[in-house]
Amino acid sequence: MSKHQEATTAKRRWRSMLWTVLAVFFLAAALPSASYLFAQTSSGELPQRQFSEESETNPRSDMWRSARRGEGGFTNQSGPYVTNELINNSGENYRQIRMGPLTTVGGWFLVVVFLAITAFYLLMGQKKIDGGRSGQTVVRWQTYERFLHWLVALGFVILAVTGLSLLFGRTVLIPVFGHVGFSAWAEVAYSTHNLVGPVFAVALVVMILLFIRHNVPNKTDLQWFKQGGGIIGNKHPSAGKMNGGEKVWFWVGVFALGLTAAVTGFIALFPNWGFQTREIMSLVLILHATAGILWIGLFLGHAYIGTLGTEGALEGMTRGRVDVAWAKQHHDLWYQDVLASGEKPVSEEELKARKHQTGPSGSAAGQQGS
Amino acid sequence: MARMKFLCDAERCIECQACVTACKNEHEVPWGVNRRRVIVMNDGQPGERAVSVACMHCTDAPCAAVCPVDCFYTTADGIVLHDKDLCIGCGYCFYACPFGAPQYPEQTAFGVRGKMDKCTFCAGGPEPAHSQEELTKYGTNRVEEGKLPLCAEMCATKALIAGDGDVISDIYRKRVMQRGGRPQTWGWQSAYGEGV
Repeated sequence: MSKHQEATTAKRRWRSMLWTVLAVFFLAAALPSASYLFAQTSSGELPQRQFSEESETNPRSDMWRSARRGEGGFTNQSGPYVTNELINNSGENYRQIRMGPLTTVGGWFLVVVFLAITAFYLLMGQKKIDGGRSGQTVVRWQTYERFLHWLVALGFVILAVTGLSLLFGRTVLIPVFGHVGFSAWAEVAYSTHNLVGPVFAVALVVMILLFIRHNVPNKTDLQWFKQGGGIIGNKHPSAGKMNGGEKVWFWVGVFALGLTAAVTGFIALFPNWGFQTREIMSLVLILHATAGILWIGLFLGHAYIGTLGTEGALEGMTRGRVDVAWAKQHHDLWYQDVLASGEKPVSEEELKARKHQTGPSGSAAGQQGS
Repeated sequence: MARMKFLCDAERCIECQACVTACKNEHEVPWGVNRRRVIVMNDGQPGERAVSVACMHCTDAPCAAVCPVDCFYTTADGIVLHDKDLCIGCGYCFYACPFGAPQYPEQTAFGVRGKMDKCTFCAGGPEPAHSQEELTKYGTNRVEEGKLPLCAEMCATKALIAGDGDVISDIYRKRVMQRGGRPQTWGWQSAYGEGV
C-alpha cells in the first residue's frame, strides 16, 4: 500500500470511530427517553396504578422533610429581614464557597499572577523600542478618551483595594491592624466600595461603547496570537490600533468580567429592590467576588504591559501621543492608517512651537486649570 | 461548663407568640427587627405545626465563619454573641445563617443596613454586664444573673426550652418516651450537628 492509501484508510477509520462514538452518545440519551413517548401517548388507555397504603408517605414526615428543604410557612412577624423559612440550606453553600475556594484559590491566584509578572520583568526586562525613539510623535488617544480611561482606572483601583480588603482583610489585615483597627477600615472600605461602584459602572459602560469599535476581532489578531504577541523573542506581529492581547483584555476583562461585576454589584447593592432572596444574594456575592478576582488578575497584566513592561506605551494614555518608532513596532497597521488619514508625525520642537502660537490666546481656557 | 441550647417542641407549641412578645419587650428590640419568630407549617390544615425560631447558637456558627470583620465570639457557655462596634452591616451573616437569625434595622439602597442584631440568649454583649451600653445595644443580660432566656421562661406550654443541652435533651427525651412517636429536635442537626 502506498503512503497515500494508508493515510486515507486511517482517516476513514478515524471518521467511522467518531461517528460511532457520537451515535452511542445519542442513542444512550434517546432510547431510554423514548419510553416517555410511550407512557405519555398511552396513559389514557392504561389503568391508573393504585399504590398500597404501606408505600404512602407519612404526612408528618413530609412536613418536616419540606421544612428541611426550605419550604416556607406562615409567620406573623414582619420586617425586612424576617423570613418564613424554618431552615435555609443555601447559606451553607455560600459559606463553603466563600471561605473555601474563593479565598484560598482566589487569593493564591492573585499572588501567583503578581509573582509571575514580577519574575517575567526580572528575567526579560522592559520591552524597548527597537532602535530608540524617533523623536516624532502621533496622536493615539484623544483627551476625552484618556479622561474616561483614567476615570475607570481610578474607580477600578479604589474598588479593587476596598473589595480585596473586605474579602481577605480577615486573613491578612486583622493580624496587622487588630480587630478594632480593621473594623474601622472595613467600614470605610464598605461604604466607599458601595458609593464608587455605581459611578464606576456607568463610566465603564460608556467606555465600552466608546472603545468597542477599536476592538472588533479580525484576521490580523489570529496571526498576532500565532506569534504569541511577540511577547517573548524579537518578533513584532502586525496589529491595528488594538492588538490581539488588548482585545482579549477588552472582551474578557472589561466587557465580560466588568459587566458581570457591575450587574451583580447592583443586585447586591440594592437589597431594597425586593427580589433578592438569600439564594440570589449569596450567588450574586460569589459571582461578584469571582469576577472581581479574575478581573484584577487580568488587570495586573494590563497594568504591567502598559507601564513597566513596554517602553513608550504609557505616554499614549497620559499625553495622548506616542513615538513613531513605538507605533511602527507595536501597531504598524494602525500607524499606516494614521499616515493615510493625512496626519503627519510631529517633533517635540514643533509641538512646543505650536503651544506658543496658540498658548496666549487659543488655549487660554485649557491652561487655567494647570 | 454548660452548653446552652434552644429546643422547640413542635408537639407543644400553640403559636401564642408569647416568646416573640417577651423577647421584644425584654430587650426593647426596634420595630422590624425580630430576634425570634414563630413559623407555622401547614397553617390552617390538619397536622399544622408551629416552631419558634431564633439564633440557635450553633457549634460551628456559619455567621462567625463568613463575617469579614470577625465580630462574633462564642462564650464559655456556647452562646454565640457579636460585637456591634465591629459590625459593618454587610449582611453576609444573614446570607450564611440557616435560621434567618441575623436582623438589621434598615434595608435601604447602597447596602445600608445598620448594625446586625440577633438573639443573645439573653446574655448581652461584650460590654460590662448590666451597663447602659450593653442594655441599649444588646438588651438585658439575664444569663449573668443566673436566669435563662425569657422567651423560654415565658413559654406557657413549655414547648420552647432553653438551657444546658444535656438537661433539655433529657427533658425532651422523657416527653417523647411518655407520649410516643419519634423525636423531632428541629434545627439541632444544622446547629449542633446532632439530635437528642
